[in-house]
Amino acid sequence: MSPPVELPRWLDVAVLPAVNLLFALLVAGAVVTLVGFDPGRVLGLLVKGAFGSRAGLSYTLYYATTFVFTGLAVAVAIHGGLFNIGGEGQATMGGLGAGLVALAFGAHLPAWAMLPLMVLAAGLSGMAWAAVPGALQAWRGSHVVITTIMFNFLAAALLSYLLVDALKEPGNMTPESRAFAASARLPGMHEALAWLGIAWPRTPLNLSLLLALAAAAGVYLGLWKSQPGYALRAVGFAPDAARYAGIRPQRLIMVSMAASGALAGMVGVNEIAGVHGRLLPDFVAGAGFAGIAVSLIGRNHPAGIVLAALLFGALHQGGSELAFEIAGFSRDMVFMLQGLIVLFAGAMAQVAAPGLARAWRRVAPARGRRHG
Amino acid sequence: MAGPSMSSTPAVQMRGIDKRFGAVHANRDVAISVRAGTVHGIVGENGAGKSTLMSILYGFYRADDGEIEIDGRPVTIGGSRDAIALGIGMVHQHFMLVDTLSALDNVMLGAEPGWRLWPARRQVRVRLDALMRDTGLHVDLDARVAELPVGERQRLEILKALYRGARILILDEPTAVLTPQETEALFATLRGLRERGTTILLITHKLREIMALCDAVTVMRGGRVVLDCAIADTSLDGLAEAMVGRRVKLGRGATPAAPPGAVLLRATGLGWTDALGVVRLADVSLTLHAGEIVGVAGVSGNGQSELLDLLSGLLVPSAGEMQIGGLRFAPAHWIDPRQARELRIAHVPEDRQRRGLVLPFDAWESAVLGYQQRRRYDRAGWMRQGAMRDDCATLMDRYDVRPRDPSLRTSRFSGGNQQKLVLAREAAPGPLVLLVGQPTRGVDVGAIEFIHGRLRAMRDAGGAVLVVSSELDEILALSDRVMVMNAGRVAGELPIAQCSESALGRLMGGAAPAPNEPLRMGERLPDAGRPAGPTAH
Amino acid sequence: MDEVLVGSLVASTLRVSVPLILCALAGVLCERAGVIDLGLEGKMLLTAFTTAAVGVTSGSLPLALGAALAVGVLLSMLHGYACVSHGGDQVVLGMAITMTAAGLTVVLGIAWFAQGGQTPPLPGSVRLGGCFEGLGAWVAGVAFVGPALALAFFGHNPLVYLALGLVVGVWWLLYRTRFGLRLRATGENPAMVDAAGVSVLRLRYQALALNGLLSGLAGAYLVLAQNPSFIPHMTAGRGYMALAAMIFGKWHPVGALWACLLFGFLDAASIRLQGAELPLLGAVPVQAIQALPYLLTVVLLAGFIGRAVAPKALGRPYVKES
Repeated sequence: MSPPVELPRWLDVAVLPAVNLLFALLVAGAVVTLVGFDPGRVLGLLVKGAFGSRAGLSYTLYYATTFVFTGLAVAVAIHGGLFNIGGEGQATMGGLGAGLVALAFGAHLPAWAMLPLMVLAAGLSGMAWAAVPGALQAWRGSHVVITTIMFNFLAAALLSYLLVDALKEPGNMTPESRAFAASARLPGMHEALAWLGIAWPRTPLNLSLLLALAAAAGVYLGLWKSQPGYALRAVGFAPDAARYAGIRPQRLIMVSMAASGALAGMVGVNEIAGVHGRLLPDFVAGAGFAGIAVSLIGRNHPAGIVLAALLFGALHQGGSELAFEIAGFSRDMVFMLQGLIVLFAGAMAQVAAPGLARAWRRVAPARGRRHG
Repeated sequence: MAGPSMSSTPAVQMRGIDKRFGAVHANRDVAISVRAGTVHGIVGENGAGKSTLMSILYGFYRADDGEIEIDGRPVTIGGSRDAIALGIGMVHQHFMLVDTLSALDNVMLGAEPGWRLWPARRQVRVRLDALMRDTGLHVDLDARVAELPVGERQRLEILKALYRGARILILDEPTAVLTPQETEALFATLRGLRERGTTILLITHKLREIMALCDAVTVMRGGRVVLDCAIADTSLDGLAEAMVGRRVKLGRGATPAAPPGAVLLRATGLGWTDALGVVRLADVSLTLHAGEIVGVAGVSGNGQSELLDLLSGLLVPSAGEMQIGGLRFAPAHWIDPRQARELRIAHVPEDRQRRGLVLPFDAWESAVLGYQQRRRYDRAGWMRQGAMRDDCATLMDRYDVRPRDPSLRTSRFSGGNQQKLVLAREAAPGPLVLLVGQPTRGVDVGAIEFIHGRLRAMRDAGGAVLVVSSELDEILALSDRVMVMNAGRVAGELPIAQCSESALGRLMGGAAPAPNEPLRMGERLPDAGRPAGPTAH
Repeated sequence: MDEVLVGSLVASTLRVSVPLILCALAGVLCERAGVIDLGLEGKMLLTAFTTAAVGVTSGSLPLALGAALAVGVLLSMLHGYACVSHGGDQVVLGMAITMTAAGLTVVLGIAWFAQGGQTPPLPGSVRLGGCFEGLGAWVAGVAFVGPALALAFFGHNPLVYLALGLVVGVWWLLYRTRFGLRLRATGENPAMVDAAGVSVLRLRYQALALNGLLSGLAGAYLVLAQNPSFIPHMTAGRGYMALAAMIFGKWHPVGALWACLLFGFLDAASIRLQGAELPLLGAVPVQAIQALPYLLTVVLLAGFIGRAVAPKALGRPYVKES
């Protein structure tokens, strides 16, 4: 990504993304109006649908969980100087890995062994799927953007084949695997809260939410407090300085992609182990691409990503509600907004930055200059 | 075809040219007058302002102030199109060619006669054949540029300019990549062009070439013109002195240095060839003793940067050997940056912004660059940030880095403070050998004295310092011994007592070639054009 | 082998390859000028929708086609504004266009036609029929190969022939005209082009404009010749496959043509090959055939079957040194 105009940190981190988000919302609002809805009403219903009830909130958090994983995946790669568009494929493989382990061992192992095994399998599968494009970039110079796109399609083909051929549940018309044993299913949040004596509506929200938050914390610690994280960021910002420091860029490319893939693979834990309890087609449903938007708006920082994931979760859940409430409304509105956010916060990010810098200089002319 | 112009109107006249790039005053009130049909040399060290001046003439930049006249007519040159239209052509130091296209296509691009390529090529070929016959410049028009050797590519660049009707030809350091034979061929070509009435402006720092080829010369220093005369009225020594000049000598320090001690580093016969097959360093040997500062003088681009990179492990030489700390390194298993640091070789790189620091990092993160895995900073793979920040604060105190804020983003520090931070990081641990490239480039005057003082302190504590600088007075102020590099070789080595400006100037300008040189700068190995040997880790 | 089978296989290969060919050509022009185009999928989708929407409401073929071309060019100009003029990240922009188009087409489709995002079928007058049928009948009379040839090459809709013609056209433009020479140079060394007095910005915008026209044509083809209605996400990744074909064809229009035909053949044959037994591998799953184009591209990029060298300045915004 091109280096940004030099803005004071708080402007760069908080205001710029908000401005870009605003542009995206304005354009989306224009489209909403164009097709004959009242944007105010739409917004109101959306917020109500996302946060207005315990069930709605749960659904919002469930979607957000997946977005946290894919957003973190994109962010880690970006810090390493790479653009990982393969989140879709890596998440698919993560789910596949978890699912295969569940089908193979579910009947034989208790939950406390099964679940960590599934998490591990999901992470390793995603990691492997990202490591190959990473290795090709590091050692053969193949552009990681193209190879990860290709790998997305390969993953989809693999999943499709397995579901139709090898794993299909006999007697079932739809291409999906048989259900996992009970020990291979991650408890839902309503179950967990019931243990604590709290009544909660039954929703797809499950314990992988905790995993997502742990992952966000882990990424934060990893990137800014650990030695490999330091090396990764150095390579991402300044490959020449990294080499000067004795860091080997090729190795770090592998580390970035591997970590990124593992994070994306965690989506499998949420969707396969947490919600569906079986393998089925297209459980990723564009979350990999949503992760790009989440990371861009979240300024590639775990804290921002958690907030952005929450925003996107709200959009998805609110969108679902809107589809119920308003005839003719579909969730594709949310997908469109996602694309607009990538447009304004990503590709056009620097269009707004100089204007913002100019406005800031007029407000505070003496500050913003170099020290010393 | 008209003979050489005998009119007294200068072909090119520039007056009062002034140009700033931010804080850098590249051209100060520069005036130059070039007679038509002559070869006019423009000499100076890097940063003297000669490239800027010619870029203004060719339309890459617009001067802040001043006038330009071509053949006596005042003109405005807004861009390279205007310059081309006025008959000005430029052969750049870094060739402007498209490797995948043929030589013919490269000449033709932008000036194609017609929108259909094949008829256009036929027409251009006819003109080019005639041009090549007239000037004696030969290029294989159908070869892809990627397959052409460097000398032929340069001829192609000249042809490109002539094809567009250049009557005024600017050449920017043309012999930097040529073998001696190719240089002679180029000179013959230029003399021939001069006979045809072309005016030639030759930017170079090689004094011998000026004396051999030019009719008149302008010497620039510090953005100003310091000498402007006919060649007949000057000499090699005169040029050398003008180029290097009498400047205010910075103090050498009160305490006389103790005699140098044990040998800390010995390098013999270092050589390095770049990816294009051009020899950048040949047969360079040096020895560093404890308690001395060795200065490497010379115009930038004569191998000094490569020397520092080799010694610090960023490049692998094609030949040579290095001994340090009881270990011997040969090209097959050369030192790498991590090993270098373990052997207590510290390196302050010339390009501090791209190499020495990570600008988006906080200061404390930049302050451990290269040392982040020292035991003090590493706890089982985690960074001990407390220790890192504390040490950064200490460094900032000792080396007067302002503001004293380890959490401030590195990019927010001024150039001088960034340099002090890098120096602090490298010098504070008390290395055995400190390699420093351009220690005070872009640094304000107040910090210069401070940095020099620190380097002397290192020497007094028993370390060895190798300073590469294109500022001669810095070299003279700091060094106990001075090595001059020219064309990738050591042109000469003198103890400080024997260093005079003219002696050093002559060595820097390549005036006194070392005897019995088998390989000269630019001389290529047998399989030229292909990458020769390993380059980097 | 049954001639009808061979003939119809070639015919379906051609028909399936057309959107790939058009998109790959669009990609070639754009990337040879140094601008990455990952938005082909989105451009094709949005222009397909435009064709369907305008075609259904106006009943006019020229209008529908014109609208598609206009939308294609508009998207490419957005591409230019964000990336060429403002140095925005070209990969991100491509993703943005694709993601936005996917959502926008369904939203508008539902709003205007209320069929779950699908448009009503285009009237027959708007859609394209076969041509050269008379000639085809004559060819069919030739002994032995006649019927197969007739089936394979004649009777297709005009866009098929146009696409093949455009391959020649783009080749000619790139290698036989001044514009093409300058365009190719811009993708390799824009500084050189600038120093020669030619505007890099203008060249890139011109390349993008052609890119918009071609991808618009690809989108229009989908509803004018393949499917009578627009269906949500109907491009189904073909924009990316075209990208793969472009790389596989080493950024050369004719190379891209062969790659598109290969990928198209795999697509057309996948149904027929399903369940077929290969000597050592046994039954080949249809997904393996579907995955083959992508796998081949990865193998090529990894340098295992020859090298695919991208234009040197690809993806780097040109900023004048000052």
